[in-house]
Amino acid sequence: MADTAMKSIGGVLARQGILVAFILFMVGFTLWNPRFIDPDNVFGVIRSSAILGVMALGVTFVVIGGNLDLSVGSMLSFSAIVVLDLHENPAFGPALAIPAMFALTLCLGAINGFLIGYLRLNSLIVTLGMLSAIHGLTLTWSGGQNMDIANQNETWFGVFGRGSALGVPIPVLIFIGLAAILGILLGKTPFGRKVYAVGGNGTAATFSGIPRARVVFITYLVSAFCVATAGLIQASRTMGAQNTVGQGLELEVLAAVILGGASLLGGSGTIFKTVIGVLILGFIQNGLLLAGLEFYVQFVVTWIIIILAVWLDIATKRGKLWSPIA
Amino acid sequence: MQNDTLKKLIKNGAIWGFILFQLVFFEVAGRWWSLSDSAFMDLDSMLLLLKQSAPIGIIAIGMTVVMINGNIDLSVGATYALAGIVMLDSMNWPFMEAMGDASIPLAWLFALFTGSLLGLINGVIVWKTGVDAFIVTLGAMLGYRGLVFMYNGENPTYHLNWTMVDFAEADILGLETPAIVFLAVVLVVWLVMTRTVHGRNAYAIGDNREAAVNAGIRVGPHMVWNFALIGFLAALSAVAFYSGSGSVNPNDGMLFELWAITAVVLGGTKLTGGRGSIIGTLGGVIAIQLLRRGLNHIGAQTETVNLVIGIILIAVLFLDRQLNRKGAEELKV
Repeated sequence: MADTAMKSIGGVLARQGILVAFILFMVGFTLWNPRFIDPDNVFGVIRSSAILGVMALGVTFVVIGGNLDLSVGSMLSFSAIVVLDLHENPAFGPALAIPAMFALTLCLGAINGFLIGYLRLNSLIVTLGMLSAIHGLTLTWSGGQNMDIANQNETWFGVFGRGSALGVPIPVLIFIGLAAILGILLGKTPFGRKVYAVGGNGTAATFSGIPRARVVFITYLVSAFCVATAGLIQASRTMGAQNTVGQGLELEVLAAVILGGASLLGGSGTIFKTVIGVLILGFIQNGLLLAGLEFYVQFVVTWIIIILAVWLDIATKRGKLWSPIA
Repeated sequence: MQNDTLKKLIKNGAIWGFILFQLVFFEVAGRWWSLSDSAFMDLDSMLLLLKQSAPIGIIAIGMTVVMINGNIDLSVGATYALAGIVMLDSMNWPFMEAMGDASIPLAWLFALFTGSLLGLINGVIVWKTGVDAFIVTLGAMLGYRGLVFMYNGENPTYHLNWTMVDFAEADILGLETPAIVFLAVVLVVWLVMTRTVHGRNAYAIGDNREAAVNAGIRVGPHMVWNFALIGFLAALSAVAFYSGSGSVNPNDGMLFELWAITAVVLGGTKLTGGRGSIIGTLGGVIAIQLLRRGLNHIGAQTETVNLVIGIILIAVLFLDRQLNRKGAEELKV
């Protein structure tokens, strides 16, 4: 009896290790500094994680489908620059700028999806190429200039980044809402199951009649949609953007997704776990700041946590701590 | 049979054909549209080109080895910055200052040691934990960058030593020091990869790790040495560059990993490991730098460079796939 109890505890730890670690971490920090769990602080952390988090939701789809998306950082810069530029264009205004930006960003996602899904090119190199190409596109669009909204008081555009409803910041609402929708899409629908199937074993999925190319294509559209949403929050919050605003985010986003427990080989991971991964990164940063450490200490801590998390994950799967590599 | 030889020739020669095409295209385009008064294929500017491509180039050579071995290293940009900081900062230490110019080689040694150590750490983690190199070095990219910031905050680190600057700008037959270092690295690593047991084993491991294990090759140590090598080369790249510039920003080297991978892939090395060549990477590095310069020469805006490189990278991938026709085989499995 006690044995089975131990086993099931072990099983929970193996499956939900990241959640357990998260809870322990939160409790530890709260005992040490009660301000940590203060609602203001918690909302502050979620709000500042929202942009990274929204991007991570989309990348989760791509990673579960067995691919990578390194172009999300460049794409974020693109969407922020485009929406700000069109906002300032009298022919568009905010009401038209936002859908136009979403359409253009989705086009970029469609290019990724076409090359990787239908032409079956390697996703790492394609999205690496797209990282560079989209950066070039952004610079060409902006002429290398920063974009700013001239009359910040006369537009409702700031609501997505600065507004709040019922005391909850809008970016947090967007993040939670999108996470709920995408969580259901991935976890509860036939499409979601197809994403897992394609990522788990693409050949088997093809033989079971799953349209592999189309599924991969759609994961990149989801990713692009999330990036466009994140770009909107970014642009709205700062009412201005540099051409390099998203630079380097692609790898941080990937770190959050991996920390959540998604395997780079595809076929595993959930939206909920990604949200936990994002929150862990956000709360670590916040906890270290509250502890009076510089922001860059979080990079080192993140490094150690990512490797430990993935290591423990695969160690439990193979039943051995050290790798069998000779 | 003959068809195979032809394919091989196309594949190996493609990057050089592309370079030749660029040379002719930019030369003709520059004259034809009289967009530029100067000739494109000017010897001085070509030698300068080699110098400018040295920092990424040296790293790309290391990346080739790691990728042939079936791994990848995303932390090289941060390693580059940290090695540069250690080198310049160490020259400000009292005992080093007391040594005068004799401290220069010692500072270089410190930097190279730092780089090798960081590479070694990655290699040991990949070996002992069995975590994928992509994840290990992705984490290290963040972690090492954190160390860079912890070293000196957000301030630049600098030390100006004219003897060192003179050395970095010294030239032999028009080739400045960084270019010479780059070519020497190409030569040495090419010899290692083609003429030594370690090189042959690295190819074997990347091609089929199971088979390599069965053949009695110790996979782990080879991987560790290759990671140490790329760390060493990232530091060497920093030594070659910062000896001349004398100042490091904590953000230096960002995205270097992606540029290096781009050059390596253009040069024909496979991401899956087991195939690739050092000389091909040399071609890839030159091709990228030539493109930068060429677009500038014909008056295209510098912004278009990124766009063109991205498109070329994807096109190369597509053409390579068409030549290999691996996709057709995959369905049979």
